Amino acid sequence: MVRTSRISLVAAGALTALALAACSSSGGKQSTSGGTANAGNAGTPKMTVALITHAAPGDTFWDLVRKGAEAAAKKDNVDLQYQSDPDGANQANLVQSAIDKKVDGIAVTLAKPDAMKANVMKAVQGGIPVVALNGGIDAWKSMGVLGYFGQDEKIAGEAAGERLTKDGAKKALCVIQEQGHVGLEARCDGVKTTFPNTEKIYVTGTDMPSVQAAITSKLQQDPSIDHVLTLGAPFALTAIKSVKDANSSAKVVTFDTNKDLVTAIKNGQVDWAVDQQPYLQGYLAVDSLWLYKTNGNMLGGGQATLTGPAFIDKTNVAAVEKFAGNGTR
Amino acid sequence: MTAAAIEPSRGEAARDDRVAHRPLAARLLSRPEVGSLIGAIVIFALFMAVAPPFRNVANVGTILYGASTIGIMAVPVALLMIGGEFDLSAGVAVTTSGLSASLLAWNFGLNVWVGILLALVVSVAVGAFNGWLLFKTGLPSFLVTLATFFILQGVNLGVTRLLTGNVATADITDMDGFHSAHTMFGSEVTVGPVTLKITVLYWVVLTLVAAYVLLRTRVGNWIFAVGGDAAAARAVGVPVKATKIGLFMAVGFCAWLSGMHLLFQFNTVQSGEGVGKEFIFIIAAVIGGCLLTGGYGSVVGASIGALIFGMTQLGINYAGWNPDWFKTFLGVMLLLATIVNVYVKKKADLR
Repeated sequence: MVRTSRISLVAAGALTALALAACSSSGGKQSTSGGTANAGNAGTPKMTVALITHAAPGDTFWDLVRKGAEAAAKKDNVDLQYQSDPDGANQANLVQSAIDKKVDGIAVTLAKPDAMKANVMKAVQGGIPVVALNGGIDAWKSMGVLGYFGQDEKIAGEAAGERLTKDGAKKALCVIQEQGHVGLEARCDGVKTTFPNTEKIYVTGTDMPSVQAAITSKLQQDPSIDHVLTLGAPFALTAIKSVKDANSSAKVVTFDTNKDLVTAIKNGQVDWAVDQQPYLQGYLAVDSLWLYKTNGNMLGGGQATLTGPAFIDKTNVAAVEKFAGNGTR
Repeated sequence: MTAAAIEPSRGEAARDDRVAHRPLAARLLSRPEVGSLIGAIVIFALFMAVAPPFRNVANVGTILYGASTIGIMAVPVALLMIGGEFDLSAGVAVTTSGLSASLLAWNFGLNVWVGILLALVVSVAVGAFNGWLLFKTGLPSFLVTLATFFILQGVNLGVTRLLTGNVATADITDMDGFHSAHTMFGSEVTVGPVTLKITVLYWVVLTLVAAYVLLRTRVGNWIFAVGGDAAAARAVGVPVKATKIGLFMAVGFCAWLSGMHLLFQFNTVQSGEGVGKEFIFIIAAVIGGCLLTGGYGSVVGASIGALIFGMTQLGINYAGWNPDWFKTFLGVMLLLATIVNVYVKKKADLR
């Protein structure tokens, strides 16, 4: 017994020494002080809201939507139930399960409107208030949905195309990370209407090394490409590496942001990003359901409430950076 | 009658075709990897003809990089398939490994290298778990690793969100040990006009080591034996359980290597990555001559399979073909490569 305890003592000592040596002197998780602003409780009875999106698991964009929704839920005394499925039929089933649970409100993305229509209308007819966000700007009204919060992808694409023209671009490469995604196609099509010399390329968004190699090979094949336009922040960060690999002088620009992308804009690795303010989409969707429930209010006056496009570039990145650090921009 | 019937067969015993000396060409052509080699040459010639940037020597590095990220995993997956098992969790396990290293180091403020070593433990443990489960349940590895595939997918997402509040790992570039680790797993060397990523080196070394083990050592014989007929192998004293669990652990080790590249090449890891890659590894192994039933195949072939995949993927871009049809081109190319493969093998076996 004495012997074993001595051995374990030595082992513990060695482990402690190892653990100390193993520590990093910089970086890592910072203890959060303060955290997100706590504006207190709205003082209304608890209500349940289901937020149902078409997010693919692990997409940083949806972190921001969800955080916005959670912030509104916290303020408004809402029990938020977040669910997502990139498959249209599965997402429609999630709406059905929300109806079955008799939630007080549903916020839903309509990226695949045809698949969603039947169940969304069933919810509306069953007296559950529904708002749409992020996708489905052409479809929400016909389903009896109360409001829409998002950007018009085509308009956002056109804005990006105008910006490319203004920047004096010669040829742009529009990188689509999911083949057959209506919203992403609409962005590239929008870019094409205002900046015709745009070429599309499809990459496998769930496989970063292949994204990098694909963009690199395209840049090697066509040296006249001087702007790479990605449709998601993580892909912009990969495109920076591709440009370097291909010894190209192309500039990287993108749709959507995350924390690392804001840093990349600050460092000049990415010229600009089209921001559709995902945090705002999530926040407004939940908050508007609360307003409707407690006071019968509705935003937008029957029209879509646009949350974008806004541009983030070197001139305004400092203001955004502070919030990006909290993971909310 | 009986005696007469036996007599000539005795005379022929000296010329038994099982031990007959076959022509060198036939022996070479019946190697499992030859079909894929010819497939690779055909694909190579095709893109040389239609895609001008494909002919540029400087772009070899890009193609080899694309192939190496598949090849590093295709090699152990091929070994496992020769050993008669599948691993459907191999693609997601790469992500798990990258996430483990990054999250452990970040969350506990550890030196990055400690995170890397812990990730190695996690990855090999996942492989051992797959193997253990296989023998514990007696279910086909297809089912067992499918379960692991889903479990890991959920764990990747859940743990990342729990620790960071986001779905991607936090930035660890400012932590101790990052730069040396980046050199180890994400650096590149320039040889003449060609820039080679370090993964290419790992890929080649892995292929050579695995080929040696498979063809020149006792362990290699065990792998063929357990894949051919596990019961018979056990009867002649082959440690079936250890061999198979070892193979799963080898997949885990290579998943770790790939995962470290993923982390140090891109600095962050998205928790949803890797889904669907397991099939690409299996396809590469099959193009390279592995049978889905086990007991037959080649790691060199699997590496050539990865090369075919890399050449096709990037060759389509180099050729500038309409991207709408990208996946279709990819499918047709792979089908062609496989058909050539089977055709050559059949011809050779007939001789």
